[in-house]
Amino acid sequence: MPDGDAVRTDHDEVIAEVRGLVKRFGSVQALRGVDVRVVRRTVHALVGENGAGKSTLGRVFSGAVQPDAGTLLIDGAPVRFRQPRDAQRAGVVAVSQELTLVPQLDVIDNVFLGVEERRAGLIATARARDRFEELTTQLGFDLSPHQRVRNLNVADRQKVEIIRALARTARLVVLDEPTSALVANEVTQLLDIVRRLVANGTTVLFVSHALQDVLDVSDTVTVMRDGEVVSSGPASEQTPDTLATAMLGRTHDLSFPTRRPPTQAESVLSVRGLGLRRRFEDVTFDVRPREIVGLAGLVDSGAGLVAGAVAGVIRPTRGQMLIDGVPVRLTSPTDALRHGISLLPESRRDEGLFMRRPIRENVTVGKASIVSRWGMMRRRLEGVLVGSQLRTFDVRMSSLDARVDTLSGGNQQKVLLAKSVFVRPKVLVAMQPTRGVDVGAKSSIYSLLSDLAHDGMGILLVSPEIEEVYGLAHRILVMHGGRVIAEVDPKAIAYDEMMRLVLTADRTGGEGAA
Amino acid sequence: MTSRSTVTPQQLDAQDTRPLPRFALPTMRRVQDYAVVGIFLLLFIVLSLWTSAFFTKTNIVNVLDQNAAIGVLALGETFTIISGNFDLSIGSVYSLAGIVGIMLTPILGAALACIIAVLCGAVLGIMNGGLVVFGRVHSFIATLATQYVIYGLALVVTGGIIIQDTNPGFLVVGQGSGGGMEWAVWIMLGLAIVTGVFLARSVFGRYVYAVGGNREAARLSGVRIGTVVIAAFAISGTMAAIGGILAASLVGTAQAGTGTGLVLPAIASVIIGGTSIFGGEGAIWRTVLGVLLFAMIGNGFALLSLNATYQEIVEGALIIVAVVADAWARSRS
Repeated sequence: MPDGDAVRTDHDEVIAEVRGLVKRFGSVQALRGVDVRVVRRTVHALVGENGAGKSTLGRVFSGAVQPDAGTLLIDGAPVRFRQPRDAQRAGVVAVSQELTLVPQLDVIDNVFLGVEERRAGLIATARARDRFEELTTQLGFDLSPHQRVRNLNVADRQKVEIIRALARTARLVVLDEPTSALVANEVTQLLDIVRRLVANGTTVLFVSHALQDVLDVSDTVTVMRDGEVVSSGPASEQTPDTLATAMLGRTHDLSFPTRRPPTQAESVLSVRGLGLRRRFEDVTFDVRPREIVGLAGLVDSGAGLVAGAVAGVIRPTRGQMLIDGVPVRLTSPTDALRHGISLLPESRRDEGLFMRRPIRENVTVGKASIVSRWGMMRRRLEGVLVGSQLRTFDVRMSSLDARVDTLSGGNQQKVLLAKSVFVRPKVLVAMQPTRGVDVGAKSSIYSLLSDLAHDGMGILLVSPEIEEVYGLAHRILVMHGGRVIAEVDPKAIAYDEMMRLVLTADRTGGEGAA
Repeated sequence: MTSRSTVTPQQLDAQDTRPLPRFALPTMRRVQDYAVVGIFLLLFIVLSLWTSAFFTKTNIVNVLDQNAAIGVLALGETFTIISGNFDLSIGSVYSLAGIVGIMLTPILGAALACIIAVLCGAVLGIMNGGLVVFGRVHSFIATLATQYVIYGLALVVTGGIIIQDTNPGFLVVGQGSGGGMEWAVWIMLGLAIVTGVFLARSVFGRYVYAVGGNREAARLSGVRIGTVVIAAFAISGTMAAIGGILAASLVGTAQAGTGTGLVLPAIASVIIGGTSIFGGEGAIWRTVLGVLLFAMIGNGFALLSLNATYQEIVEGALIIVAVVADAWARSRS
């Protein structure tokens, strides 16, 4: 699908363009020579699997990432953005996945934050108000300027971000996974907004892996794989299926341990008809000892929330959970731990580790009773247990008393794993267990997880890096739109075929619903 | 492959039990961590060499005695600060405990009166903690408010006047001595050791650091955050009451306002020792050094007959150095 003669573009029509873009993050080659042209007053979508490089490319446009090589042209002139502020000055504004508003301020103050209209050093309230009205009418938003942002839901906050982008006279708006935090009718609304933006003369770069949304809204679709552009052309010529085909077939340089069979014993964890209002429903599955069960789905599939519910972090509104056949109702992480369910949380920095405390404390905090007597820590026993565990995990450290933040990312992640298994759980809920670590650390964490399962633990694995779910799990439940749409055996299905299910929810390729 | 994942003591002989190296190399961070020790030692040596009066038993014991009450106050505050909270009510608890001690002694005898006064402190601490945990009020505001309430209570009880104690049983705590030092000094040193070991070595101590260092991680690790915070406040309340009793029995009087001026110096002593105002980091030995550092500065000014006006400037400057060092250390990690 060349963007050749049919859509011959004049230079005046191109608002932004990249040529030969290259970017490395440590050992990861995120972009390997990318050329993309974004035509004025269109929606240009970037799609690709997790790790394909689409987000990195979007972030180059908005100045959040600086390329190692290659050029970025705005209005035909080469530019170098050293920070998002430079990009904003050139009219390129990102609306990011993590929203960046000040919750304590009113909507209008957030919109003009940093670009306040002033008169005699004071904020010109009336003028700001007029400009706000103008922008909201233009976009058809019904937002009160004097509402506190913290009282708004995600969809409305996104609207505030978009108005804010326009208030900075954005000509190119980069939307990074804008629909991932929204529920169905909010997605429809957002797509309308995108259309209106374009009708008003703005250009939109739409980074997403929600293929149907992409096709509904965009004029041009660029598909990325392994840091390269594999196709670029009119959206009208594509279907979710053709896009998925283009996205898949990437090379995988990860190695996985060989699977060892789970026991045929009774399930250690049974989930029956679990649901959370508007987020996921009717989720049913079992985890047996020695078994790794994977949940595969996109960010908005509900897979992460199901894992959170199993670990007692989120309270489901419907359904039942049984541990060793006994019904339980988990009300907190403490409760889950007491029932033998341990969580390896997604973010080691925010939810997992105590970065400024010694390694030993981090490992044992979840079950200090193992290494204490009469309420006092038995430091020698603790040292022996933690030391031996971390040696098994091959953690490189100067001392058990060294602070966790002196370790490399991969070693920190291993400490996090050691912490979550120190409580000797029956079930480990592992969320994105290799987040932010290099390839070497990834494969050693995979072997550790495989060994843990082999030693008798049941593991529920959830990760946006679908390939690791595919490579490790004995069984995979594919989730889409808050439902389990298929249960697949990774040995019996090709990765691309499973990925197609994840992306398009098209069941014809799978083995049928669970 | 038997149990590569979790290890029980019994399985250990099968494992590699080589000891890990115990000490990390000195880094910039380590230097910063122990800077307070250096400053303390430097000042100690300078004062010893400069004046013959400093390094004498009488002087040292005197300084310790004068700072026993505030020292105990600071020990308790260390727990709340490491848990990520502030306790501003310790000054009022301190006053009230002294008053309760003096007023109850004629009725119940000194020992029982002191025990009740200390229990008052613990109960007030638990109420502070409860307000923070269940009321979801920031501890700074919660204890700012209870500080006034407790102060008011003390005013009501005393009728706003200074009350005097004449019972020798009560006075013995602050004025009696043994083993070459006042009881008050022994009590402070004993409490420093007990709280120090407790914070560094107990399961509860671990949880205090965990809650102050990363609340969400602590919650997900199954730590009962509310209980830990309430207990930390109970400790600071208890210690404040003990400090108040020491002070009241030292001078033989008590009144509603005696502790008010001690809150910020106590917090300053904790911070200057290197305990982080953001919580999650610190130690009792640091607080002890912080208290002694301030004490030594005051003592030095007196012994060298320097203009005492400058003392506060030096102390303030040291606090600035301590918090800036803390902020820098944080931004780098």
